[in-house]
Amino acid sequence: MQLTEKHNEYWRKNLVYTGILLLVWFIVTFVEAWFARELNGLTFFGFPLGFYMSAQGSLAIYVAIIGIYALLMRKLDLEYNVDEGDLE
Amino acid sequence: MSAQAFSHKTFFQSLKKYYAFYTGGFITFVILLAIAEQLGMSRQWIGYWFLFATIGLYAGIGIMSRTAEVAEYYVAGRRVPAFFNGMATGADWMSAASFIGMAGTLFLSGYDGLAWVMGWTGGYCLVALFLAPYLRKFGQFTIPDFLAERYGGNVVRTIGIISAITCSFVYVVAQIYGVGLITSRFTGLEFGVGVFVGLSGILVCSMLGGMKAVTWTQVAQYIILIIAYMTPVVWLGIKHTGIPVPQFAYGYTLQKVGELEKKITADPKEQEVRKIFADRAAAGKAALAAPDKAYAEGKAKVEQNLAGLKTANAPADQVAAAEKAVAAYPKDAAAAKAGWTRESGLAARAAPPRPHAEAFPGKDEAARNTARLNFIGIVFCMMFGTAALPHILMRYYTTPSVQQARVSVFWSLFFIFLLYFTAPCLAVLAKYDMFTNLVGSSFASLPAWAAAWAKVDPGLLNITDINKDGIVQWAEVVIGGDLIVLATPEIAGLPYVVSGLVAAGGLAAALSTADGLLLTIANALSHDLYYKMIDPHASTTKRVTISKGLLVVVAIIAAYVTSLKPGDILFLVGAAFSLAASAFFPPLVLGVFWKRANKWGAITGMAAGLAVCIYYMMRTYPFFTNMGVPKMDLWFGLSPVSAGMFGLPVGLITIFIVSMLTAPPSKEVQELVEHVRYPNLAGDTLVTNAA
Repeated sequence: MQLTEKHNEYWRKNLVYTGILLLVWFIVTFVEAWFARELNGLTFFGFPLGFYMSAQGSLAIYVAIIGIYALLMRKLDLEYNVDEGDLE
Repeated sequence: MSAQAFSHKTFFQSLKKYYAFYTGGFITFVILLAIAEQLGMSRQWIGYWFLFATIGLYAGIGIMSRTAEVAEYYVAGRRVPAFFNGMATGADWMSAASFIGMAGTLFLSGYDGLAWVMGWTGGYCLVALFLAPYLRKFGQFTIPDFLAERYGGNVVRTIGIISAITCSFVYVVAQIYGVGLITSRFTGLEFGVGVFVGLSGILVCSMLGGMKAVTWTQVAQYIILIIAYMTPVVWLGIKHTGIPVPQFAYGYTLQKVGELEKKITADPKEQEVRKIFADRAAAGKAALAAPDKAYAEGKAKVEQNLAGLKTANAPADQVAAAEKAVAAYPKDAAAAKAGWTRESGLAARAAPPRPHAEAFPGKDEAARNTARLNFIGIVFCMMFGTAALPHILMRYYTTPSVQQARVSVFWSLFFIFLLYFTAPCLAVLAKYDMFTNLVGSSFASLPAWAAAWAKVDPGLLNITDINKDGIVQWAEVVIGGDLIVLATPEIAGLPYVVSGLVAAGGLAAALSTADGLLLTIANALSHDLYYKMIDPHASTTKRVTISKGLLVVVAIIAAYVTSLKPGDILFLVGAAFSLAASAFFPPLVLGVFWKRANKWGAITGMAAGLAVCIYYMMRTYPFFTNMGVPKMDLWFGLSPVSAGMFGLPVGLITIFIVSMLTAPPSKEVQELVEHVRYPNLAGDTLVTNAA
């Protein structure tokens, strides 16, 4: 079948969401780990910041990334009329 | 879809009711056992109760969920709500290594151990963004299914089957090992019998009901394992931080640990013990440099000592001791060498404690940078491996819709997060407890848990009075990582019933992962190999029967391999992730995001990724190089576990280049890609959803 311009737009927006969330993921994972020694110089609730991020902060952000993606995509599905209808 | 009589909402409501009832029942069971313990029930019987009650429960769920229908057997009828699929994925994901080993690794290696924590959680971002919704829309039964459909042809499917079986099998051996260990430790059954009992639980469950039974069992197992993990931590948290959620407050405990580490480093008695170790290590090293001379000298020395005591008419007990020393002296230089090697290894114990929170410690800048690169290597491989392990990806075929698959990844990571953000906290609390209650206590009155564990298993806890002052120094304590989780209930001063609970939790973690892995292997063989490639006309009953038979065969082979106790388990697990990342991640993701990726690209890319990964491991890991594979230097100092860091980029680039050099995929394949990209495409005639 032939995709409409609207369909392409849906996919482009999906890619933008994916790209932005992936960037956040990259920063709290690899940039954070790379600079862990420097971050450990700062203190957060008694924790050295580098330790805190690797042990808890980055993990919480991962959970948030996935939650936000699910919410954004549900909205996008409805907006572009590609949702699966009510399965409840 | 709306026409179906089955209501997802009602189903979800009744599931919630069942599992709430079940959780209440389990807690009552634990309380009853606690009362029985007070009334005098023996520890061994508490162990038996936990073992047989939980395995019986899992088997019961298996019997209730028995099925011979294909869609039920392979993907639980695709009606598992996101929330429960999240719990099941959590149990599927968290293995014996996570439950028992993780906190211990963090205890022993401090910040550097967090690479595993990050790697094993962050990978779910990749699952959510790149794979889960698209695989769900595709809606077949296995991962090789997707690869075969997308790239076409049995070559791709075959490589997929081989990769899926290789990484799952390596992983399942580690799980069965964990099952044997836990059952034997807590019930006194033999290791082999423990493996057998655990295995029969797995088989009854997955054989009768396939994915359906495994899913509902895994939810039950998640509930047990999270209760078991949290109970002692909450207690220890109240003891040391004053609040029942120590996860948020252990920063201050970590500071105190840092102060105590400084104190231990500066303490003269500690330094004395470390000096003894340093001297013994130096002596061992010197002897190894000239073994024959050292052997002759050492022998002459003990003989002279005996002769001297005899001529001086020393007391009988001194003479007897000297005679013993002569008799115990190694028979030849080769035997003495082993002893000296052991002694020179003591150099590790001559070092002061490493600061727990310090990232990438090392003797100089180059060593620290290598440590950092290896940290990132582990994070990278574990994450991309997570997003490529077939037994996890398969779980997202079981949700009712694409949106539910997306939400389900959220719940998966949430439930995994609960345990993984507790493990670093447990490590710090346990360390603080040992620094304050164990260090400085006298050998005559060790804390009860320390005395008990040192007696039961010197491999987990070994305390020797090296400098003979009758007081415990930290340098005199050797801890095996697994001790932390196993002994926490006793460290926190909880009754034995909680130790039984922790064992049941560890068992649940190991069994649930083994369940998922065995099912993946059996499905790859029965569905992909037999049905898709050998006999496409096989009836559904025959397919399911063959799958059940294969499950038993695979389980027995895995148990046999486990009984050989092959090498380092953490390496095996790491290797499984690196292999999965190299083989599966590039073709799966490009299959969805790059229409131009074609069959030849996928074949060469998977082969190249796997080849580079295996080549690096073979040439650098001691197990292989000791068998005669020529050894080579590490690339950039990266350890063999992180081989995926080379395999994955090579795979990606190969797919790209080869695809560009060969013809683009057919129109049908391009339509398939469009089909999986949209949860619901009006006018789309393509139906990939099986059953």
